This record gives sequence, C-alpha cells and structure tokens, in this order.
Amino acid sequence: MSEAILKVEGLKTSFFTDDGEIPAVDGIDFSVNEGEILGIVGESGCGKSVTSLSIMGLLPSPPGKIVGGHIFYKGEDISHAKESKMRKLRGNDIAMIFQEPMTSLNPVFTIGEQLMEAIRLHNHLSKKALTERAVELLKLVGLPRAKELLKEYPHELSGGMRQRVMIAMAMSCNPKVLIADEPTTALDVTIQAQILDLMIKLNRETHTAIIMITHDLGVVAQMCNRVVVMYAGKVVEEGLVKDIFNHPKHPYTEGLIQSIPDLYGKKDYLHTIKGSVPKPGSIHKGCLFAPRCEFVMDKCRVNTPELLGDSHKSRCFLHQEKA
Amino acid sequence: MSEPLLKVENLKKYYPIKSGGFGKVSETVRAVDGVSFSIREGETLGIVGESGCGKSTTGRMIMRLIEPTEGKIMFQGKNIMNLSKRDMRKARKDIQMIFQDPFASLNPRHTVGRIIEEPMIVHKMGNRKQRQKRVEELLELVGLSAYHARRYPHQFSGGQRQRIGIARALAVQPKVIIADEPVSALDVSVQSQVLNLLKDLQKKFNLTFIFIAHDLSVVRHISDSVGVMYLGKIVELSESENLYNHPNHPYTKALLSAVPVPDPEIKTKRIILEGDVPSPAHPPSGCAFHDRCPVAMDICSKERPHLKTLEDGRMVSCHLFD
Repeated sequence: MSEAILKVEGLKTSFFTDDGEIPAVDGIDFSVNEGEILGIVGESGCGKSVTSLSIMGLLPSPPGKIVGGHIFYKGEDISHAKESKMRKLRGNDIAMIFQEPMTSLNPVFTIGEQLMEAIRLHNHLSKKALTERAVELLKLVGLPRAKELLKEYPHELSGGMRQRVMIAMAMSCNPKVLIADEPTTALDVTIQAQILDLMIKLNRETHTAIIMITHDLGVVAQMCNRVVVMYAGKVVEEGLVKDIFNHPKHPYTEGLIQSIPDLYGKKDYLHTIKGSVPKPGSIHKGCLFAPRCEFVMDKCRVNTPELLGDSHKSRCFLHQEKA
Repeated sequence: MSEPLLKVENLKKYYPIKSGGFGKVSETVRAVDGVSFSIREGETLGIVGESGCGKSTTGRMIMRLIEPTEGKIMFQGKNIMNLSKRDMRKARKDIQMIFQDPFASLNPRHTVGRIIEEPMIVHKMGNRKQRQKRVEELLELVGLSAYHARRYPHQFSGGQRQRIGIARALAVQPKVIIADEPVSALDVSVQSQVLNLLKDLQKKFNLTFIFIAHDLSVVRHISDSVGVMYLGKIVELSESENLYNHPNHPYTKALLSAVPVPDPEIKTKRIILEGDVPSPAHPPSGCAFHDRCPVAMDICSKERPHLKTLEDGRMVSCHLFD
C-alpha cells in the first residue's frame, strides 16, 4: 500500500445562515493514496462538492467555515492554513477542475493568456518558454492545432475542448492531487468517454492522484480504484470499487446501485429508495438514512452508527451485526 | 397490427441565419432534417441523441410549439399540420408535454392546485368543484397528497415537482405524452421513482409516450422502440431490445459503448469517437457521421444514405447495409 498523500480527518464544514448553522459536511474521514483514483459519490446536497472546496480552501466565507477536523497534505494540516500558503499549494500541489467548462474559463481572455497565467504564477519562465509549455500542455490533453488555440477565446471552443483546456490548466504545474468535481456531467456521452479516457491516461503517465467527485456510479465503476459513498454530509461506506459494487454493506449504496436502469437487460420495475434526501440542517436522531431504509431496526432510530471496518467500511448497524 | 396513433413523416425544421443588411439569409441551420417515425397506441418511443441533435425540437414540433418547416404529423389519421392555431389549441388536449426542468416549468406564483387546474380551465372541463376534486385525485395518482394543492412549487423537491408536472399533463386525459428529458435533472434514487410512476400511469390509462432523453439506459428501460438521432436525422430506429443488443449503425455502437457501465467487472471496449458533433449549419457532405465514423468508406463522404428497413424490420441509415 502506497502512502496517503491527502488525508481528511473528521472534517466538519458548516454554513452560517439566517436560519442558524447548517452542517453541510458532518465529520468525514478519508484518504487519498499517491497515484490512485478515488471516487466520491453521492446525490445532490450530500456534501461532496463542499468537501472538495474545503480541501482547496475555496469555501465562500462567510457563510462557509470549517468548524472541525483536519486536512493533511503530506502530513501537514492545511485546514486552517493562511491564504498565502494555500495560494502556493493550489495549482502546484492540489489542482481542481470544475463541472461547468463554460463558466470556469474567463470569456474575455484567450486560452493562451489564461493557461500561461496559471503557469507563470508558480514558475519563473521566459515568455518563449511559457508559450512552449502551454503548447506542450495542450498537446498532452489531446487538443489539435495547439498553437492556434492559444490565440482563441473560450466561446470558439466546444464543451469537450473547454474541459480539456481546464484539465491542461490544472495539470500545468504537475500537481500531486487533482480534484475533479463532476468533470463530465455537462458533456455528452461520447465526449465524456474521451475526457474519462484522457484522465485515466494522465493518471497513469504522471501519477497524479485523482479525486473524482460524481453522482454517476458508472463513472466510478469504470475509473476509480476506491470509492467513498456520501449521504447527507456523512460517509456511509468506503472501500475498493469491486467490493462496493459486488457486496455493498450499506442499504443506501445497495439501493443506489439497484436504482440504475440497466443498459444490458430489462427489468420491468426499477428498485426505488422511498422518500428523498433529508434537508440539510434538519434535526435527526439516529441514522440519517433510517427514514428511507427498508431494513430499518429500532435502534437505527435512536443511535447513530459509526463508520467501522478495515478496508471496507460502512456506517450501518445491520452490516456491523452480521460481521 | 393496429394503425399507428401518431405518424410523423419527413419532419423538418430549418432556421435561417440572417447576416448583413436587409435580413439576407446567409445560411440555414438544419436542426431537424427529415425525421419520420410512427407510434402505436399504448407504446413508448424513445428518442436518444447528444445535445444539438434535434431531439427536443422534434418533440416540440409534434405539439407545434415550434412550427415545422416541412412535413406531416398524422394524429389519429388526421394531419394536424393543417389545423388552424385555434383548432391546434384544442388538439393539444390529446397531446401533452412534460418538461425537463422541474424548477422552470412551474409558475412560482401559483399554487400547485392552480397549476394542475389550469389546463382543465383552458379546455373548459367541468365546473370549479369538479376540477378541484380532479386536482386532488391527480395529486394522489402521482404519489402526492391532496393537501399539497395549497402549496407553492418552491416548497417541493425536484422529484416532487416533476410529479406535479406529470399531474398537470394528465389533467386533460391526453392520449399522447411527450416527455422531454423528464428525469435528467433528478438524482438516481428519485429518477427511478419517477420512471416507475410513468410506467404505472401508462398501463393504467393506456398512454402513448414519446420519451426524449440523452441517457441511453433510461431510454432502454422505458421504451418499446428507440430512434437514435444524429445531426437532425434518425440514423437507426428499431425495437428497443434489438437496438441495444445488436446495434447496427456505427454511431449507435459508439454511443452505447461510451456509456460507463455501473459494474466494475464489465469492462466494455469503448469506441472513442474523435472530435465533436459538427455544426448543423455546416453538416459534412454525404453521411453526416462520416468524418467521425471508424468504418467510413469512400461512398460515405459523397452520398447521403437513406433510412432503409432491414429484413428484421429494423431501420438504419448507413451505406454498410446497402
């Protein structure tokens, strides 16, 4: 087992609003090893994006604030690091790509200007060297006509090309960890396949660890080594992809997997999870999934289960009893 | 075999691009370029394709929310293209639509009761009391409760709002429902609830669905037959089992292989298509897919293939099957 490069321990992030404190992320633990692809899955509002923003130190503050826990990068706690330190880390060590390739590029600057800005901030290079590096990066992400592209504006590019530019920008300083927040959600399937392929290739060639945040279990199954399943701000299950898909140990994960319509076979009815995700900030006693769980027991409504297990962890009394 | 309930022939929508002075038309965007299909009562036709392929335009043209440039829409043996605006309004009682965005398609200032009642007012159905009773029935039918009628859309989650949209579409007892990406804004666990609901309602009222979506597995789940669109044309149309198990057209094959399968044991051999979908203002010559096609031949760049019916009843538009 290689060493954990990024470690999140008991992270709690809350938003302070007029309605009081709303815990978006409520004590999560996970770690990312060097060179691996870790998936974080969950439905809207489960806190997966807030987790990534907390790691990057990009939480909109106020109202967002890390209220507890630690984030260790190479053994150093960065959860409350100064902005100047985070600036050095961001891009150089931890980079991020976002869901909307449309809105994450500045429309009034050329691709070249934006790409070279990212490189220049972390390296002292001559203008010529900068251009060379930018062209090299665009080629790395499989974009044709790299030289001409540098002079073009974001609106001249398609969604898939823009996402490639974003990846090039994120990879510009050879980060150790790349956080990808729903990088393919806005793209068509055939373009999604291209981007996922590119990310796997980059991961193999550069050994950059990738945290893949997604709601699509298909993407997780095809890309990731390990996966963290989140529900209502908590990790409910964590383990190797093959373990989670073959032997899920939490009714939520099980339900999610069964809810997906099958591309290779027809079922008359889809499995459903009744009800919907609890509203963040609503007060609950016991397991957060209990109101929707089909195997709910009396104690689930009273006590909160812990995340237990070695390599395959789950937060469920049912499976902990079996073990 | 019964007569098709709805038959679309050679439907086209061209948008002119005006440039220069005096509204001179310099180019045309062929959003939908000759689409034909038919659908029998109680069945579901799925239309899949990537963004910009014209699937939503096709759906809206059937309701004449977008006026087609050319083509015929035969509904119950009558061409609804010939109807006046006023008669078309009446005809929409039989054809209703469910929209993609459950946040944008419900008026935030109206109560849910009012929203569901409105189509009945438009089509002059019943008196106030009867309509209110019907609203309550509809709410229960889609899995909500009668007391929800007094609430406003913002008080509901995405899945619940989509149920309200479905109730509204059902209010006037339509025969055909056109669902344009009805579940793509929803989370998986809620998506499956809505899909099951649609199936139940179809059985109960013998509804005919046209289900437009980009998610291939969702379309497979709900459809009896599926049409695959690329750049404004149907490239393959067949019974759904057949299409998914033995895709014929190279585009269908690539599209299917690109879907990430939620099972780590299945490693599909992905056919990665090069490049992007070309602009519909400048479609490639010949077959629109030839510049991305992994098995393109010489003829593909010269001649445009036509949708042909194969021996097993499948329809495909590709020179490989000449």
